[in-house]
Amino acid sequence: MPSLKPLRNRINSVKSTQKITSAMKMVAASKLRRAQAHAEAAQPYADRMSRMLRALAASMAAQSGNEAPLLMAGNPRNRTHLVVVITADRGLAGGFNSNASRTARALVRRLEGEGKTVKLLTVGRKGRDYFRREYADRMVDTPEAGVRKRPEFADAEAVSQRIQQLLASGEVDAVTLVYNHFAGVMSQVPTELQLVPLAMEDAKVDPNEAPYEFEPDEDEILARLLPRALGVQIYRAMLDSEAGFYAAQMTAMDAATRNAGDMIKRLTLTYNRARQANITSELIEIISGAEAV
Amino acid sequence: MPVALEIVSPEKLLVARDVDMVVIPASEGDIGVLPEHSPMIVLLRGGEVILYEGEQIAARYFVTGGFAEITGERCTVLADIAEPSSSLNRADGERDLQSAMADLREAERAGDVAAASAATDRVQVAQAIVDIAGQG
Repeated sequence: MPSLKPLRNRINSVKSTQKITSAMKMVAASKLRRAQAHAEAAQPYADRMSRMLRALAASMAAQSGNEAPLLMAGNPRNRTHLVVVITADRGLAGGFNSNASRTARALVRRLEGEGKTVKLLTVGRKGRDYFRREYADRMVDTPEAGVRKRPEFADAEAVSQRIQQLLASGEVDAVTLVYNHFAGVMSQVPTELQLVPLAMEDAKVDPNEAPYEFEPDEDEILARLLPRALGVQIYRAMLDSEAGFYAAQMTAMDAATRNAGDMIKRLTLTYNRARQANITSELIEIISGAEAV
Repeated sequence: MPVALEIVSPEKLLVARDVDMVVIPASEGDIGVLPEHSPMIVLLRGGEVILYEGEQIAARYFVTGGFAEITGERCTVLADIAEPSSSLNRADGERDLQSAMADLREAERAGDVAAASAATDRVQVAQAIVDIAGQG
């Protein structure tokens, strides 16, 4: 005769797990809405900036002989590649963190297969933990993504400054960013984004439009604009990744809540069967006892 | 025909409205932007963006530097940090000024050119805050 107590305990513990996962799901849903709003609010600056960059690049291209700055062209010897991985600080979000990490790992393998030296910079604790064992010797820096608070532009600026240092000192020649792009609530796509050399749509100039004048001059503006543009790209990726994280967490917690529901149903069935079996066997005992008298 | 002005910071779009004239603090002196201005891209210093409607000042925003793109129809200000001038605080500005000056002296003594130029920018921004907050 199976005892009923452990079953009852089991059911209760699954019920409280279900309460937690459903609460986490709702929290993630509300944070997702906020994260999406932030990502949207940051869009105009990025758009205007790339418009300005295009105008500058077009003007630079028109007057040849100018050497493009490091941030724009990278280092032509192209030997050392920096891979920047953005993940979250926390888990419980399905495959969110490991997808980004795996994509980055595949990229590292590919680059090393091409005979390049690879360095890693991870933003976010989960990415750091993933690479710490295998690629410890390649890690240069591991700032946290700040998922507990929302990412601010200053966080992205710090990463951007670190990258600039590495470029300026000649430690790295090219930079690629890997992060989860928020493509919808159900899908976060691990994405590779080339940061240095700067990937730009073709700098086309409208011949009807009067050319820009620059003050002080192209070089100086570019020298200020490029670090900004780098920071903005990283900032956008961080916001994108944050929205993706909450979406992934919401989906994962929704699935967990449903699984817990199924499990409760199954356990309750077993519990009731056991209870009935107990009652039946007690009845048989009583009846057969009465007959014996 | 008005100028379509936008003030954008990395975090959000602050202002998007039509004005008759806007004065922006370019690195080499203020620029007044009227419709049909010739296209320019300029670097900004710390200072005030002043919006005019007719002859009246409609609003003032403080920016700590950044860029501006000017065309015949629009003026886009990409500010590093932007806020309404009314929210500036003179005491904060003076404190920033002190610390920026100290950093500048430190950088000059150490002969660190990059740090000195960064500190110079901060001194300029803090000085602008003190000046503007002092008027009001």
